[in-house]
Amino acid sequence: MSKRYYFDHAATTPLDPEVFQAMEPFLKDKFGNPSSIYQEGQEAERAITEARERVQELINAADSREIIFTGSGTEADNLAIKGIAMALKEEGNHIITSETEHHAVLHTCEFLEKHYDFEVSYLSVDSEGFIDLADLREEIKDDTILITIMTANNEIGTIQPIEEIAEIAAENNVYFHTDAVQAAGQLDIDVQKSKVDLLSISAHKINGPKGIGALYVKKGTKLLPQMQGGAQERKRRASTENVPGIVGFGKAAQLAKKRLPEKQSKMIKLRDKIINRVLEEIDEVRLNGPRQEHRLPNNASFCFRYIEGESILLNLDMLGIAASSGSACTSGSLDPSHVMLALGLSHEVAHGSLRISLGYRTTEEEVDYLLEKLPPVIQKLRDMSPLYEG
Amino acid sequence: MYSDKVMDHFQNPRNVGKMEDPDVVGEVGNPTCGDIIRVYLKIKDDIIEDITFSTFGCGAAVATSSMVTELVKGKTLDEALEVSNEQIAEELDGLPPAKMHCSNLAADAIKNAIKNFKEGKTGLEENDNAEAETAHDHH
Repeated sequence: MSKRYYFDHAATTPLDPEVFQAMEPFLKDKFGNPSSIYQEGQEAERAITEARERVQELINAADSREIIFTGSGTEADNLAIKGIAMALKEEGNHIITSETEHHAVLHTCEFLEKHYDFEVSYLSVDSEGFIDLADLREEIKDDTILITIMTANNEIGTIQPIEEIAEIAAENNVYFHTDAVQAAGQLDIDVQKSKVDLLSISAHKINGPKGIGALYVKKGTKLLPQMQGGAQERKRRASTENVPGIVGFGKAAQLAKKRLPEKQSKMIKLRDKIINRVLEEIDEVRLNGPRQEHRLPNNASFCFRYIEGESILLNLDMLGIAASSGSACTSGSLDPSHVMLALGLSHEVAHGSLRISLGYRTTEEEVDYLLEKLPPVIQKLRDMSPLYEG
Repeated sequence: MYSDKVMDHFQNPRNVGKMEDPDVVGEVGNPTCGDIIRVYLKIKDDIIEDITFSTFGCGAAVATSSMVTELVKGKTLDEALEVSNEQIAEELDGLPPAKMHCSNLAADAIKNAIKNFKEGKTGLEENDNAEAETAHDHH
C-alpha cells in the first residue's frame, strides 16, 4: 500500500507496538478468568490490578478502586449519567449538559428525558464553543442532580473550564461528570485538583486497543450499576473482564502519561502551523474553536465556504490523506454536525467542515504534505460549485 | 461504500464546469440540505447539443451529475425527460441507501432545465426555479 497520511486521531489512534506487546500474552497463553481462584485466574487478576493503577496515575485518582473498566468511552458516559440519575431519582430529576457534547452524552440524556421523565437543560455555547458559567449557575435548581460537560470537544477542540464547573457543582451539591475521552493523553488530567466526581476515558484514543474504556467514580459517589450479573468491578460493572483490553489500556495510560509533555509541545507546534497556513493560503475559511491554550493540542477544524465535507474527504483520501468532517453525509444524518450548528453556523457553512487531528507519531513532513495537497483540493471543489463565483 | 463507477465519476467528472452562454439552466437542491446540482444546456432543434454541470455536494451528488450529462447529451428533450434518478443510480452500479434519497437529484435538474426552456425562461431569472423544483423534502 502506498504511504498513508493519517490525520484522524480524534476518531481513533493506531495501537502502540508496546501496547500490543503487553497485550499479546493475554490474547494467547494467559487466558485465565480473573475471578478464578487458581493460578491462571490470579495472574489475570494481578494484571488487571496493575493496569488499574496505571489508569489511576494517568488521571491522578486518589485510589485505584475509583476506576471502573467499561467496554468503551460511550459505556462509561452511559454508566455515569444513568447510574447517577437512577441512584438519585428520589432527590431530583434535573440534569444539565451542553449542546456540543458527544452523542454518548447527548443521546443518553435524551433517553432519560424520553423514557424516565428526567428534565435536561442543554447549555448553549458561544461562537468558539465555550459554555457560559453564568448560564450554568442559572440553570441549577433544587432538583438538579448532575452536571455533565465534556472536558474537550471532539470536533472543534474547545477545552471547557472544568475546574470552575466543578466548583459550581460542588457549591450546589450537584455531581459533576466530564467526558474526557478526547482530553486524555493530551491534557494533564488531575481529578483531585479539578474535583470532578466522574470522568470518562477510552483506550483507543491514546494508542490503546478498542473495546475498553473506564469511568472514574470518586469515592462516596452514589452510582447505580447499569449491568447486572457477576461481582466484577466491585459490583459496579458485571461482565467477565476484557483482560487483554484492560492490560493494553494500562500500558497505553502509562505511555500517555510519560509522553504527555513531549507530545503536547510537538502537537501544538504542528497544530498551529496547520491553522496559520490554512488561514493564510485559503480564502473564505473559518477556524472552528478557539486559538491557543484553550484548544486541544491535536485539533484543527475548519469550514470551507461553498463546498461540502464529504467531497473534501474523498479527494484527500485519493491523495493518501485520512481526515474527518461534520457534514451531513459524514454525520450519518441529513443534518450537519450538531456541534457546528451550536456554534451558530448556517447549514451551508457547516456542511463544509474539515477536522484534522494529530497523533503522537504525526511528523512535520506529513503535515507539510497535507498543507501542500489541501489548497488545490479546496479550489478544485470550489471550481465545481454553483455557489462559488470566484 | 461507493462503487468503482461512482468513484470514477467523482474523480474524473464528465462535462464539469460552468457554461459561458447556455440556452437554459436547471437547478435542484439547496445549500441547507447540502446538495445543489446546476446543469447548463445548449439546445438546438429540441436536441441537447451540449451540457455541463456544477455541483455543491457529496460524492454521490457529483457522480450523479456527471452521469446525467453523459446520459442526456445528444438526446432529444423528450428522451432526456425519460431519464430518472433511479436509472442514473443504476448506471453508476448503485448508490448507498442513505444517498438514494438525499443526493440522487440529477435527473430533476435536467427536468427543471427542460421545463424552463419550454416556458421560454433561461433558468437564470432570480432563482425562483430553485425553490419551485425543490421537491426534495429532507425532513
